[in-house]
Amino acid sequence: MSTLFAYAIPAAQLLPAELPLYGCPVPAGFPSPADDHQQDPAFDLKSHLFRNPASTFLARVTGDSMTGAEIHPGDLIAVDRALVPRDGHIVVAVLDGEHTLKRLRIRGMRVSLEAANDLYPTLELLSGAQLEVWGVVTHVVHALEGRPAAQSLNEWRLRAR
Amino acid sequence: MAPNVYALVDCNNFYVSCERVFRPELVGVPVVVLSNNDGCLISRSDEAKALGLRMGEPYFKARPFLEQHRVRVFSSNYPLYGDLSRRVNLVLGQFSPEVEPYSIDESFVRLAAPVQHRPDYQALALAIRAAVLQQVGIPVCVGVAPTKTLAKLANRRARHVSGGVLILDSPESQAMALAATAVRDVWGIGRRQAPKLLAADIGTAAELAAATEGWVRRNLGGVVGVRLWRELRGEPCLSWHPRPEADDEAEGRRHSVTYTRSFGQPQRGQPVLCEAVATFAARAAEKLRRHELAAHLVTVLLGTDRFAATTEGATRTAVIYLPQATQDTSTLLAAARRGLAQLYQPGAAYVRAGVLLSGLEPPGQPQLDLFTPIEPARLQEQQQLMRTLDSLNHRFGRDAVRYAATGTRAAAWAGRNGFRSPAYTTSWEELWQVK
Repeated sequence: MSTLFAYAIPAAQLLPAELPLYGCPVPAGFPSPADDHQQDPAFDLKSHLFRNPASTFLARVTGDSMTGAEIHPGDLIAVDRALVPRDGHIVVAVLDGEHTLKRLRIRGMRVSLEAANDLYPTLELLSGAQLEVWGVVTHVVHALEGRPAAQSLNEWRLRAR
Repeated sequence: MAPNVYALVDCNNFYVSCERVFRPELVGVPVVVLSNNDGCLISRSDEAKALGLRMGEPYFKARPFLEQHRVRVFSSNYPLYGDLSRRVNLVLGQFSPEVEPYSIDESFVRLAAPVQHRPDYQALALAIRAAVLQQVGIPVCVGVAPTKTLAKLANRRARHVSGGVLILDSPESQAMALAATAVRDVWGIGRRQAPKLLAADIGTAAELAAATEGWVRRNLGGVVGVRLWRELRGEPCLSWHPRPEADDEAEGRRHSVTYTRSFGQPQRGQPVLCEAVATFAARAAEKLRRHELAAHLVTVLLGTDRFAATTEGATRTAVIYLPQATQDTSTLLAAARRGLAQLYQPGAAYVRAGVLLSGLEPPGQPQLDLFTPIEPARLQEQQQLMRTLDSLNHRFGRDAVRYAATGTRAAAWAGRNGFRSPAYTTSWEELWQVK
């Protein structure tokens, strides 16, 4: 049962907010041997995954323009502002006062933002225009069983009970 | 070679800048942030300042003007501001193991001077500024000087310098800055002291620095005044803890109450730290009540020895958000203890701790909301209890009556905040969304 438990804790620690920690309900009445160790500060998914905790922000994806890159609506992404965007990076860019998720293409002087979905055209940047990149996407949290990766806290609590 | 050099890093229009991180369309347009319950203006963008909007202006009065000029209006979003403040301090930790948050949007950074050559503080300050802007998205000004008081003064002037950075590392540059600073704008000079100084023909910081020590001792509050005077002359006073309210008065607002102290010897045990933090929180709460304010944010800081610094720096901070602003000691104690629990690492030797209360507002506005967890009657009881506590301690000496550090649960209710932006970084429900 301790492997299940390993998934239950980090989800609560992904955000700096105070989220209550619930131990995994033990189905057959055995006390979980992991319970004594759940507060180990080294066991923190956030610090394990994110090289730059100060500049890494989580966002929920609402659009479907990057499904070809396995980023689906409802997924969580981690965006790092400290990384220098390069050709091929998936980035959050600022376009017309909005944030948009696209793949950055830099070919010589030509800069474009490419969707990973045929329904969306590639956006070529006019020469001389300044592209503002908010941050570089470093991780995607996506659940395999077909539901959105991260349910809301309330949903999570209900499941944990 | 100066053994100590301090940088004061101050976030520009902090609350507005926080809103802009997640709303790029707000860049370049006038934006204001309102105090809780949408009472008055507490943060203005440069564009809003240019329109003549004043700090503290009541919202209901300014409303027609705001609408006419299409000013974007936001309710205060303390979970967001608290988290970004924590991140700014993390970035500052990349430059020095010693970062001391002074208020929600200001921190002192002690820069260790390299021994071998004269360090380029201008380049360092610009690097700090660029790093905070890139990593968190917040523009800052940086003032660098050999004492905290001079760093504060440098920062004030840095706001009007291109590049947002001002270095006062030579006697000449310090003399120039002191001569150009009115004495009422000096950190630690209260509203009541400024007229007294003016009457004695002391109008600028330079004139105060040129006064004799005896005069300062007699006329500027004894030892405390002498410390200020020394700091102004470039001699750092480590025991210098100016009242944060002093400079906030000068700026027409008060935005934090701090209580930070170094321990006599390194502390490792959680119970001891818990007691220390509880004591600091109780003291800060007293200060808060003395100034008739309530706090939304409780920042707890723990510092290890700077030579034992980890990659995250020697000072770590946790920020706890209280949905309802409070001046109640027990509520603040509970929050401080939760902050400590987030920070505490077994085995680490801590040499400093502190509690910082910010997101300040007048207390006890009756909450006529359906979901108010604290009924007005209960709130009144709380206030009565605090008044009794304070008057007992006033009569019988400090700590005559004190808390056994027991906590109450924080309220889950959010104040009236019709225009609040989502808690982009601290709530699953309100997480930043990207298309």
